Amino acid sequence: MSDTREVISSGNDLAAMAAVDAGCRFFGGYPITPSSEVMHTISDLLPRAGGAAIQMEDEIGGIAAAIGAAMSGVRSMTATSGPGISLKAENLGLAQMAEVPLVVVNVMRGGPSTGLPTRVAQGDVAQAKNPSHGDYKSITLCAGNLAECYTETVRAFNLADRFMQPVIVLLDETIGHMHAKAVIPTAEAVKAGIKPRRTFDGDPKDYRPYDVPQDEPAILNPMFKGYRYHFTGLHHDADGFPTEEKETCRKLIDRLFRKVDEHRDEIESNEEYMLDDADILLIGYGSASLAIKEAIGRLRAEGIKAGMFRPITLWPSPEERLYELGQKFDKVLSIELNQGQYLEEIQRAMGRKDIQKLTKTNGRPFSPQDIIDKVKEVF
Amino acid sequence: MAFNYDEYLRTNKMPTLWCWGCGDGVILKAFIRAIDKLGIDKNDLCVVSGIGCSGRFSSYIDANTIHTTHGRTVAFATGVKLANPDKTVVCVAGDGDALAIGGNHTIHGCRRNIDITLILINNFIYGLTNSQTSPTTPRGFWTVSQKVGNIDPTFDGCKLAEAAGASFVAREKVSEPKKLEKVIREAIAHKGFSFVEAVSNCHINLGRKNKMGTAMENLDWIDSITMPKKKWDALPDEEKANYLPTGILKQDKDALEYCEAYQMVKDAHQGKRGKITPEDFKKKD
Repeated sequence: MSDTREVISSGNDLAAMAAVDAGCRFFGGYPITPSSEVMHTISDLLPRAGGAAIQMEDEIGGIAAAIGAAMSGVRSMTATSGPGISLKAENLGLAQMAEVPLVVVNVMRGGPSTGLPTRVAQGDVAQAKNPSHGDYKSITLCAGNLAECYTETVRAFNLADRFMQPVIVLLDETIGHMHAKAVIPTAEAVKAGIKPRRTFDGDPKDYRPYDVPQDEPAILNPMFKGYRYHFTGLHHDADGFPTEEKETCRKLIDRLFRKVDEHRDEIESNEEYMLDDADILLIGYGSASLAIKEAIGRLRAEGIKAGMFRPITLWPSPEERLYELGQKFDKVLSIELNQGQYLEEIQRAMGRKDIQKLTKTNGRPFSPQDIIDKVKEVF
Repeated sequence: MAFNYDEYLRTNKMPTLWCWGCGDGVILKAFIRAIDKLGIDKNDLCVVSGIGCSGRFSSYIDANTIHTTHGRTVAFATGVKLANPDKTVVCVAGDGDALAIGGNHTIHGCRRNIDITLILINNFIYGLTNSQTSPTTPRGFWTVSQKVGNIDPTFDGCKLAEAAGASFVAREKVSEPKKLEKVIREAIAHKGFSFVEAVSNCHINLGRKNKMGTAMENLDWIDSITMPKKKWDALPDEEKANYLPTGILKQDKDALEYCEAYQMVKDAHQGKRGKITPEDFKKKD
């Protein structure tokens, strides 16, 4: 039996389907364009699967309910767009601090502020790195095609439980509303690949949820099973109880970084497209990569050898691979539907300032011709 | 034999950070006695609190406990409850927490009538952050943010809860701990959203600058502005605004609880019943 299936669907619907197939049983959300279809679809799917979806009174309530369910031990999700992330930011910080696994789908639109609600942008990439105040390490995945709206959402649930923290899945309006054929794993294959959060099975008296190695996440048992402990957004001790003890506080924040930094290999995911013989390196992600691929085909037909590097995990960034590529390619063009939010990370990782950029912030997607013209202009 | 509170407390995390004479301890004890009398297993209990002095309430209870962000208590609890409808979920919040920054969640928790008990500790001030005006601060009182006297109109949390659809609304005060325990017990036993205003003292950050700098003076003032509902009902209308009625102010045992309503959604999606229509909500005679 095949492990894949063909579906005709949209990016937003695929994210909702993926969540339920990955074992998500709770959704808390609030309507916002262009992500609302995630809520519409999951509101049908979850009660069928024995779960629950609730439209809360605001964006803050949406993520709060989702975190509450996740704290109780249920795989949980919220979905929104940029303005919603701005509102959810404080509670994203709580989930980072208390180490609560949660998947947040952000279907990006134009901003700042209300911006261009029905049009495309990749304006929330910098925000995704640090949506909330304070020191923590985000994990952000970015779907570059329809199938990845499904597969990256599934991956996000497994990463959230592995690292016990929120994982943001970035879609953008183009991919979220794209409706076409996609080849995705079967629900059975997804179910077989579910990696639930670690739990402590010993004597409850010995259970100290935050007393873990310095490169590992907290071990938070589901509620109501005899392992009672405390969640807080305050700096906390091994029991989750608030503390100001300086060494405990230092170690906590250090661990929030190291649990991600020291396991980047489990998180990083990239696509390298026609790079082997390329002279020109194009870097893009999300829906922009669809136009980049088309442009590469047309450029190559004219004898211009371009290839693409596409980070699928945006945060933490693939900094080592970017550095290697920066050493290999003289001609590098970064392509984003924003003013260059990821360009700064590429410059940092490559240690170079001479990266060319193609950006767009008028709510329209890139056409392949935009990219072809830019390549011919700068190289 | 004396009641053993320790069974329900994280005694290794004591003492509490509350000031000497703070009413929060009285409420904590009343809550514990209520849980004990109801026979609720602490493994089946989730206590959710927000930010402020009341925010620390959950941390001292040996149950499944959550200290959330400011004002969001009811929203977090909604997720816990809807995902675990057979468990007991209790929120504890302050007047600033649940009526100012978190007012929206309080309103909609009441409206949904989800089976959560919200204990609103009303001490008429932002105590933890040193005496800023809260939605329940009486007019004319000194606050650190209105040093010449508070001009902001005063919020009645119970009236709000009643109007927003909570099916159980009660008020008691810390100077009546037995009555407080009773209303908390009845609130938790009630199926639906239960709102309990626990009127408490903050002689430190409300009292000192308002001529009631000891716990007893602050409690005397609370006694002077409260009266049992029966007595309050008999007052001429023009005098009612001067007092806060205590006791059970509303109880509707027939109101549809949200998790039960959501079961209709599950059943409809699973083909166990037809679609939900307005007829489903017509009260039976």
